[in-house]
Amino acid sequence: MAAANAMTEGQSRGDRGTVGDLLLEIKGLRIEGQSEDVWHEIVKGVDLTLHRGEVLGLIGESGAGKSTIGLAAMGYARPGCRISAGSIVFDGVDMAKLSEAEKRKIWGRRVAYVAQSAAASFNPAHKLIDQYVEAPSWHHVLSAQDAKRQAVDLFRRLQLPDPESIGDRYPHQVSGGQLQRAMTAMAMACRPDLLIFDEPTTALDVTTQIEVLAAIKDVVRQSHTAAIYISHDLAVVAQMADRIMVLRYGNLVEEAPTRQMLSNPQQAYTKSLWAVRSLRKQEEASENVQLRVDHVDAAYGGAIKVLHDVELTVPRGRTVAVVGESGSGKSTLARVITGLLPPTKGAVMFNGTALPPSIRNRSKELLRRVQMIYQMPDTALNPRRRVRDILGRPLEHQMGLRGAQRDQRIVELLKMIELDERFLDRLPSELSGGQKQRICIARALAVNPELIICDEVTSALDQIVAEEILKLLMRLQKELKVSYLYITHDLATVKAIADQVVVMFQGRVVQSGLRSQVLAPPHHPYTAKLLSSVPEMDPDWLDGLLARRRQPA
Amino acid sequence: MSAEPEQAGGTMPTVDALAPATTADAVALPRRRTALQSAWRLLKTAPPTAWFGMLVLGAYFIVSIFAPLIAPYGEADIVGDQFAPWSSQFVFGTDQLGRDMLSRLIFGARNTIGIAVLTTAVSFSIGGTLGMLAAVLGGWVDQVLARLVDVLMAIPQLIFALVLLVIFGPSITNLILIIAVLDSTRVFRLTRAVAMNVVVQDFVEAARLQGEKIAWIMGREILPNILPPLVAEFGLRFCFVFLTIAALSFLGLGIQPPTADWGSMVRENSTLINYGDITPLLPAGAIALLTVAVNFVVDWFLHKTSGLKE
Repeated sequence: MAAANAMTEGQSRGDRGTVGDLLLEIKGLRIEGQSEDVWHEIVKGVDLTLHRGEVLGLIGESGAGKSTIGLAAMGYARPGCRISAGSIVFDGVDMAKLSEAEKRKIWGRRVAYVAQSAAASFNPAHKLIDQYVEAPSWHHVLSAQDAKRQAVDLFRRLQLPDPESIGDRYPHQVSGGQLQRAMTAMAMACRPDLLIFDEPTTALDVTTQIEVLAAIKDVVRQSHTAAIYISHDLAVVAQMADRIMVLRYGNLVEEAPTRQMLSNPQQAYTKSLWAVRSLRKQEEASENVQLRVDHVDAAYGGAIKVLHDVELTVPRGRTVAVVGESGSGKSTLARVITGLLPPTKGAVMFNGTALPPSIRNRSKELLRRVQMIYQMPDTALNPRRRVRDILGRPLEHQMGLRGAQRDQRIVELLKMIELDERFLDRLPSELSGGQKQRICIARALAVNPELIICDEVTSALDQIVAEEILKLLMRLQKELKVSYLYITHDLATVKAIADQVVVMFQGRVVQSGLRSQVLAPPHHPYTAKLLSSVPEMDPDWLDGLLARRRQPA
Repeated sequence: MSAEPEQAGGTMPTVDALAPATTADAVALPRRRTALQSAWRLLKTAPPTAWFGMLVLGAYFIVSIFAPLIAPYGEADIVGDQFAPWSSQFVFGTDQLGRDMLSRLIFGARNTIGIAVLTTAVSFSIGGTLGMLAAVLGGWVDQVLARLVDVLMAIPQLIFALVLLVIFGPSITNLILIIAVLDSTRVFRLTRAVAMNVVVQDFVEAARLQGEKIAWIMGREILPNILPPLVAEFGLRFCFVFLTIAALSFLGLGIQPPTADWGSMVRENSTLINYGDITPLLPAGAIALLTVAVNFVVDWFLHKTSGLKE
């Protein structure tokens, strides 16, 4: 095959084999990770084949080994990991047996990697274009001049604004979505045979995600590059991939072409993944107002106004979802309600009386009634305190429980969140992401609050775990009659749990009401855009959406 | 993200109700290691330099604790001629007053190390508390404290200490307090910087929302998380404090006679150097050895806690 030449001959780059040829074949791949002094398997014998021009989707919950396999396709193992068995044949060469120097010649030139967080992957001290040019000139694929010219073309194809001049900006001068596209351009600079996308849109909000997905899809399709697309979001993978592999605990669960996989999943686990998005709450109206945010303005440092005349109510025992993209002021609203950021105008009414604007003037009793659960359970729990202390402290401090009484209540709380006393002496680092979030929920519940503010509590978790957490929250609401103010950018979550919806855009409430009213037409234009941006489980959805959006314009 | 090796603590992915919930129930809790076991595991990985450092430190501490039992003569007893040479009676000879050099070296370990440890501890209490306070409260408290520290740091430490000691008189209490206050500026800066990273985390905000007091937030939420760099810094600061005390003693404003201490021993016997006698180098060597030993241990500890490989 001509492929063998391309390996050795840097010049014969045009001769790249044809679409449909076998490009990558992984057989019996086993990868081990080290923790303390023990090696244990993370990937337990996975086979994978990829042909030129094909996009393969890898999905699974966290810990399934998706990213590890993605990196292994480049012959790379993270520090603390090693490839213990199997072959990774990329275009006739076993990557697992190559030396570092030989692999470095292939990386960037023939195989390129797009990481989850573009912001963390770019060097903030260099202009985008300089970082783009680095790989092609280092590999002697193109001269710096040619590479720059080619970059403009790629930027244009990825629909970046000002393709001629955007390269002269520094990473902090472009938005997250643009940065992710710039990284895709960078990965494609040497026209690689294989691109590996590791959750490239997970950190972006829905409206931005669409733009990035569309750009990536377009460019991959045009250049007939083979790609491995890693994600935990099924609907996203369905848009991108020709074929899908479902992984769990380092094993392959199921593999099938996308359409077949969507219409007819075989394994019980795959079916359960598909069922996740079907969670729905029976909507209930209520007139019994618990919390009223009354025409609130708020600003940071007295200058940057973030909230403009925000008004909303939370009925007792109900869930109000606040939706909007990042920067819309959702989290600032939470800070105003908790008293961390006193409003510049307006008031927060709780059970009919105004709350003191600043947390300093609120009594312990008032603080008890409003609790908060955070987005990142990793930072919301003190890594040096054990579960017993994390839950015990609010019980002592707020409820005045001591000794055996307190311990008994801790176990009760653990049972409530579907854990048990075996977790008492664990540190947060010894819990999974879902378990950590459960502990956060228990900490909030410990003091019998009336209102819990949930700030994107499931967005850092993968879908199955997120679903469990949502179910738990709903069960607790039914049992304890607690109200939720649920902040999210994910409309699937809104459909699952909300009674009422408040849509925020640039610090203003643009629409609010019962869920059925807000989610049914006629929409506010921004609500419509948010709604239409939620990926659906249909491989044609993205193409259809883009076609529809283009038409009226 | 998905490839993180699982913790040995048995972190299984959360039970999902849709699949049979066998995994989480079947896993027995692994036995937690005792503190002694994990300490031994840690020690086994220590490099030779760290071992050397720990052995030296161990020896110094034993000597200083049991000084009266080990030393052949009393601390300030005049037992022989002035500047007697090394002999079987006086292993390292005698000093300018005829006191046994070896005995004074042994008692010197006790005095100098004891005062240095005490001073470092005071310095950390002051600097650590204020540093955390500045990080937690922010605003004008932070500004005032930080500027005050800037002012103190702008004056050369040794000269400032000399001036203050002359003003207040060179008693041991004054010595400890003055060096501790001057040294706490560096501790303040470090504590404030590392505490800042912790303060912004959600669990601190969560504690505030629970109505926790500042003392509790500082002691329970922040301190445990910044302890490793502080412990490492404690070792280093100890060295500097030790050297400062030795330097002050050498200049005559530190530990006062007849108390034995290594800095003043160097000064009092320095004339011997002119006659080719290396005796004054012994206390100097003792200071150097201690400093090197502490640095070896701290280096290793820093490596461990900063998570650097190799």
